[in-house]
Amino acid sequence: MSETPEELHYASSHEWARLEEDGTVTVGITDHAQDALGDIVYVELPDEEQQVVAGAEAGVVESVKAASDIYAPVTGVVVAANDVLEDIPERVNEDPYGDGWFFRIQPDDPGELEDLLDAAAYDEMCSEEK
Amino acid sequence: MTEPRRTPLFEEHVQAGARMAPFAGWSMPLHYGSQIAEHHAVRRDVGMFDVSHMRVIDVAGGGATDFLRKVFAGDVARLETGHALYGVLLNDDAGIIDDAIVYRMDDGYRVVANASTSERVRSWLVRHTDDATRLLWRQDLAMLAVQGPRAVACFRQETGFDADRLPRFAFAWHEASMVARTGYTGEDGVEALVPASDAASLWRRLAKAGATPAGLGARDTLRLEAGLNLHGHDMDESTPPTAVGLGWTVAWDEGDAPPRRFVGRDALERQRRPKQVLRGVVLEGRGVMREGFVVETENGEGIVTSGIFSPTLGYSIALSRLPRGATGACRVRIRSRDVQGRIVRPPFLRRDGAA
Repeated sequence: MSETPEELHYASSHEWARLEEDGTVTVGITDHAQDALGDIVYVELPDEEQQVVAGAEAGVVESVKAASDIYAPVTGVVVAANDVLEDIPERVNEDPYGDGWFFRIQPDDPGELEDLLDAAAYDEMCSEEK
Repeated sequence: MTEPRRTPLFEEHVQAGARMAPFAGWSMPLHYGSQIAEHHAVRRDVGMFDVSHMRVIDVAGGGATDFLRKVFAGDVARLETGHALYGVLLNDDAGIIDDAIVYRMDDGYRVVANASTSERVRSWLVRHTDDATRLLWRQDLAMLAVQGPRAVACFRQETGFDADRLPRFAFAWHEASMVARTGYTGEDGVEALVPASDAASLWRRLAKAGATPAGLGARDTLRLEAGLNLHGHDMDESTPPTAVGLGWTVAWDEGDAPPRRFVGRDALERQRRPKQVLRGVVLEGRGVMREGFVVETENGEGIVTSGIFSPTLGYSIALSRLPRGATGACRVRIRSRDVQGRIVRPPFLRRDGAA
């Protein structure tokens, strides 16, 4: 059974987003997503200072099975990328909500987070996919 | 859609926490948690695969040898009892219907073919059979592949059968089981065809002796590192064996007068040097090559037929159909980027683990 922390926001494309105290938004992929992908072997991250748009491609994650695009959950500027994943992509499998984060965005409008799903709605969507 | 079939080991997989996936009409284990851990277990120690979806066809009768000399491009007349031969079944255009292993038994032959092609193989064999040949589709067997540097020792410990006395591609009987020194991983090991009712207990005993259950995912990355083709990807009914690195499996028997008339021979004579050949590509930049990606070489474009991230090597490798003569550097289009690669001759990995 995969985990879905209550305090996060979720995109239907299986990213999670967390509003940090400094007003930035951290982004990763969900436990459900890493489990479905299988062992992750390669992660392509956006560059710092890159402009990203909600719902648009911001990176790639590849597993032993397939490649998936990563979409930015909110519009803004990338302020940090988790470069560790370039060398240790399996962090995403091991700790999808912690050390396996992908990048951090300075959002134009933090209110966009409210357009995302909450944990219950995301879980429901995943169970319907099965 | 009909329910996928279950092998005699289905319950073992479920209990081991396997992620089951439909494959060629069967419900098969994709992995048991981590495909990469399973891959490493086979390269470094011992792993075991349920390959009961493979199709087993026994060929008997006075016409068996002549029949197989006609439908199989390798020459089974060269096979001694207790030995096996890898080769291909061709259609009239010399396209590969399937690749298979033929085992020479005391009283006939056994053919082990792919699951994904089984209906096609069945109708092809039936079409070419005659009154002097009997074909028996075995439904009463399970097949276990035990592979890895410790596979033979592990199998001996649990069964008492010492496969060390068998050379590669030889086999022997152990009670009601046929044990062959074959595999699809590039490692030492055995493949055992056992009565379906014995399969689960053997599986459990091997697990207790330390064999790691491994799924179809690891089977794919292992075979690709070893440079072994997969039907439906690296070869199919549109490719002659000479275009996919399997020219060596064809026995032309040119010393014979008249030469053996196997199906597809005439068409293959005209395709001895096809314009495209199968080569390996190793990726020097970052990313993962996948089936269908375009490869640019100095001699023109080619295409990836199967590509993976190699767990052993730590970079992406692929089998690719490339223009004949292409060597050296190449570029692989990975989505919007062009990534540097290098053309090599498979296998990507030697038995001693070196790249």
